[in-house]
Parts: sequence; structure tokens; C-alpha cells
Amino acid sequence: MAEKILMKGNEAIAYGAIDCGCDGYFGYPITPQSEVMETLMKVQPWETTGMVVLQAESETSSINMVYGGACCGKKVMTSSSSPGVSLMCEGISYIAGAELPCVVVNVMRGGPGLGTIQPSQGDYFQTIKGGGHGDYKCIVLAPASAQDMYDFVDLAFELAFKYRNPAMILGDGVIGQMMEKVELREPKPRRTDAEIRALCDSWATIGCEGRHGNTITSLSLDPVTQENFNLHLQKKYDTIQENEVRYATYRTEDAEHLIVAFGCMSRIGEAVVDLAREQGIKLGLFRPITLFPFPKKEIDALVPQLKSIISLELNAGQMVEDIRLIVNGRIPVNFYGRQGGMIPDPEEILEAFLKTIK
Amino acid sequence: MDINEIIKPENLVYKKTPILKDNILHYCPGCSHGVVHKIIAEVIEEMNIQEKTIGVSPVGCSVFAYNYLDIDWQQAAHGRAPALATAIKRLMPEKYVFTYQGDGDLASIGTAEIMHACNRGENIVVIFINNAIYGMTGGQMAPTTLLGQVTATTPYGRKAELNGYPLKITELIAQLEGTCYVTRQSVQNPASVRKAKKAIRKAFENSQMHKGTSFVEIVGTCNSGWKIPPVQANKWMEENMFPFYPLGDMKDR
Amino acid sequence: MALKGAIVVDTERCKGCGVCVANCPTNTIALAHEVNSRGYNFVHMANPDNCTGCTNCATVCPDAVITVYRVKI
Repeated sequence: MAEKILMKGNEAIAYGAIDCGCDGYFGYPITPQSEVMETLMKVQPWETTGMVVLQAESETSSINMVYGGACCGKKVMTSSSSPGVSLMCEGISYIAGAELPCVVVNVMRGGPGLGTIQPSQGDYFQTIKGGGHGDYKCIVLAPASAQDMYDFVDLAFELAFKYRNPAMILGDGVIGQMMEKVELREPKPRRTDAEIRALCDSWATIGCEGRHGNTITSLSLDPVTQENFNLHLQKKYDTIQENEVRYATYRTEDAEHLIVAFGCMSRIGEAVVDLAREQGIKLGLFRPITLFPFPKKEIDALVPQLKSIISLELNAGQMVEDIRLIVNGRIPVNFYGRQGGMIPDPEEILEAFLKTIK
Repeated sequence: MDINEIIKPENLVYKKTPILKDNILHYCPGCSHGVVHKIIAEVIEEMNIQEKTIGVSPVGCSVFAYNYLDIDWQQAAHGRAPALATAIKRLMPEKYVFTYQGDGDLASIGTAEIMHACNRGENIVVIFINNAIYGMTGGQMAPTTLLGQVTATTPYGRKAELNGYPLKITELIAQLEGTCYVTRQSVQNPASVRKAKKAIRKAFENSQMHKGTSFVEIVGTCNSGWKIPPVQANKWMEENMFPFYPLGDMKDR
Repeated sequence: MALKGAIVVDTERCKGCGVCVANCPTNTIALAHEVNSRGYNFVHMANPDNCTGCTNCATVCPDAVITVYRVKI
């Protein structure tokens, strides 16, 4: 019987990192995710697994430490919340441009600006559409529970190394702060130097033993080379889109109306589905777990049975645009959201939903 | 004596180290970067640490340092090299890790990163090239540009009331508890090159002794940016840069 | 005992900056009138008999184009 421990989602990130054999965490305090680094500093994994944990002087520095560590073929990560992630976007672009694996956790809070410290999903556009400069994409996982926070660190590293691409865990203040039971796995050991050399010697900067020096850069002065590289990136993103879509559904088999919601909103959305069903309305829920790759085909396949879709988000309507691109005018795609750290209750959402189908 | 009698392998006293690749350096004629690259390469060869050294190149002219030294390189975002180096050294403590940064990279956009890496006493080597100008972007004012110095963005000379004062960042770095060795050198003549090389070697040796950060500033020339031919630029440097940026060790412990 | 030296210049890599010339203590080297394929007047031994193989030129060369040989006679 695996061990189950009551913990916050943020703590689950910390334990998830240690238990998946993470080599290094570099971070900077910001509410509502500071428990990630606090937990790591308390547990002191450098005494057990040898994992490095360092408090940097800024988010800018954190992400660049992640860049430096990722260049060495190490499993390195950082976490922050919205304003901090904005600062990291330069570094994330470099990491994507240098094709490096790493994990970045964003426990979103209300914006814009310094905003609030309460939960939000206002960084969907930033995360999915770029954030930093240039044509790049991060693999994005959206956790909906403390268990997801724990499990997704390992999954994010697996995907990051599989595609040599930054992976983001896009949580929110609800998931980060909420305490839930988390089932812990058998810890994975950290990779040995020999394993890293076997896996990454063709590109990593781990010392040029028996070969010429490797260079990791995202710079190219030649536009032909740069375009070819960009095309290579796009091809990689197509492969990720093809192979890595993850999602969950709730009561969609006979659904005539569909909620699409990720993260904490998918949890609230399930309650809305149950309330609607009590009134005889066939409502179902679709939860994208990967926001990139977005479950395009899977949502598209449901459209023929549906009369409408409503996207539930803690923002002014961001993911809804991607759903509308998929639906392409066949049925109404509506939106309900709260902003600034406010969280709707199921009754409020049901009322808003009922108005849309009148 | 016939030259061909002298030019024989057994009489060889100086040749380019194989750590330096055969690529032609993209730097302008007489640029100090080339000399500094060469002496770093020689130190790496003499210490036999080619396979254990990781360099971090900056944004600026020396972004392409990775084209010239046959070691593993990471290319950092502007000013962030000390953050990268911090992670490399912490994750692989047995490696020799150095950053190579210009004055714009280290003393302007990257001030936070260099201060905190040095203050944490990261066991890395920092090579800081101070030529008092932004070279790659075409000769704009750097944080280290002297008062009165003409650049593309100080066409009438740097004025304190408009542009602030030249930053003696190395003096600040020397105040930080985390640094063990802070020195200012130059490479304009054979004696200074040999001294600078000794300083770089000492810095690399320090980094394996867990004494903290070693910081080597090299005051150099930017002939194109200064619009002064190489030999005269060295003279201009001695007359104008050295009084404000005096050479020598600031800290050695 | 005297020292006798000679240098070999990788003329294609030389950029003719002249820093070596300014640092030659024996007035051995000078920039050539000819240019290399990139248009630089490369350095050469104008007065080869003067060379002592002191390595000063090679030490200050930013492009590492000078190889130095020396014999004791």
C-alpha cells in the first residue's frame, strides 16, 4: 500500500521533484507558490539524493540557472507565480530556442501587473501562445489536484527530455494552496553521470571527454539556417501534438452541452455537471490536461453530439478562443469566467450556463 | 644562420595552443578579445583541463567565443552568464566553470547576476573584459565609458549630469565576502599578457579550492568603437583608462 | 652565447594590426607591402637577422598567427 500524505499542492511539487530524481531546483519566493522552495529547504534533499536547491536573487536568475543546468543534461526546474513567470519568459524563449529540457511551474495568481495573490488562470495566453519572443511552444500540463502536482513533475520531465523542450506545469493558487491526500510513488534515483553522458553527450555541456566541445546556443546570424531551425521546431511541435494529448472527460457519453475547463475550474465544473443533470440537462465536462498539445481532435469529435459548449476559466476568456477555432462556428461556444482572484461557485456557473442555452 | 636551420620542431618555443580552433577570429584587427581568448586557452592546456572546463559566453562581441576554444560552451542571455555558471558549478562541482563577459553584459544589464553570484561565493571564474564601450552594437556608451569619452550615444562626450559616472564595478566586487581573488589586468604588451595569464591561471586553480569567486578584469581596447588604430589604441588605453581603472590585485585570500 | 630566432606567420589569419611590430624589441618584423586574400598587410620578418626568438610578438598577437623558433649559438 503506497503512502498517502495530506499536503498542499505546492508541497506536492516539492516532493514530486525529489521523488522523480530531479537534480536541481532554482527559485525565488512569490505568493502563492513559496511553499515549493520552503518545503525543499526543509527536507534538504541534497543530504539524501544530492539534489541541488538554491534560492536565486530573482526569477530572471532562477530561469537562467535552469538554463545553465539544463545545458548539462540535468533534470532542473523552477517554480513561480504569474509576475515571476513574466520575468522568466526571456529565459524560457532561450531554453526553447536551444532545445533544452526543463520544467517550469506556474502557480497562477490574478493579474495584470502585481495583481492579487489569489488564484487565476490569466496566464493561459502567455503560456500557450508564447510569452517570450519568437515561434516556440512549451509542453503544458494543467494539474487539477495536489496528486496531479506531485505526478506531473515526473511526467513533465519525461516529456521535456523526450522532446528536448521546456515543459510547464500550469497550476493556479487553488491547486497550489489546497491540501489533499497525495499518494507517493517509489522514488526514482537521480541519473548518474554515466547515464547522463550516455543520454546527452551529443549535445550537453558536461565536459568534452573524447570529443570536441559542444556549444549550446540559440544564436544564428544566417536567416536560412534560422528558418530551417524554426521549421524543425514546428515539426517537433507537430509530433508532440500528434502523440502527447492528454485529457479527461466527465459524463460526456450522452452530453448535449459541454463544459470545457482546466485545472481547478474542471473540479468546479464537475459539480456544475451534476447540478445540471439534476435538472434534466445533459451536460458533460471535458478537461484538457495538456494545454499544449491542446486536445483539438478530441473536442472536435464531440461537436456533432453537442448543442453548445461553455468554456469556464478564471480569466476574461482565453482558452475559449482555441475552442472556437476547433468548433469553427458549428455550434455556439460560450464563456463564463471570473477574474482578479475571484472563484465562482457551481450555482453561479449553472445560472450563467442556463442563460446561454435559453 | 639560415632561417631554415632555425625553423625545426626541436627549436619550437611558441605556437598556437590546440585548444584554440583554426577558425579565423571575427574580432577587428588588434582587438584585446583575441589575446584573452588565447591566454585562457593556454591556461586550459597547461592545466590539462580541456575535458573538464565549461565556458559561458555572453551577449556582445564575445558571444562567439564558442567558435574559438574547443571546450564545452553555453551561450547565455544578455547579462545572465553568472546565473548559468552558478548552476553548472553547483550541479557539477568537479568541473572548471568560467564566464566571459564584456562591460555592457556584466556591468550594465547583468549587474544583479554578477553581484549575487560573487556574493554567494560561487566557485567560478569570471573574466570581465572592460573596453569602455559597446562593441558589437556599434560603439555606444557602456557603464564603464570614461567621462568625456565620445561614443555613438555620447557624441559630445560622456557627461556625468546626463549619463552618470563610469562604474568601477570591480572595486565593488572586491568588497563582497564571496570573492577570494579580484584583480585588474591588461594585455597590451608582453609583460602584461604574461601577468594576465598568471592571474587567469590562479583564478582557475582557486575555483577547485572552494575559496569563492575569482574575478579577473582585463582592461582592453576596442579599436573600431574608439575609432583609434590598434597600436595607438593601446597607448590611449594606458594614458586614459589606467588612471581611472588602475591595474593590480584588489583582493587575494 | 647568443640567441637566434625566427618566426613563421600564418599570413592568411594575420589581420595586420601591427601590435606585434610595436612590441618587437629588435626591429625584426614589419607589415608587408603585400596583402593576404582578405586584404590585410600581414606581418613578416623584415630584418630576420635581428630575431632572437623572444616570443614577444607571438605573446601579444590577438589572432595567434605567429609561431616562434629559437636556437642557442
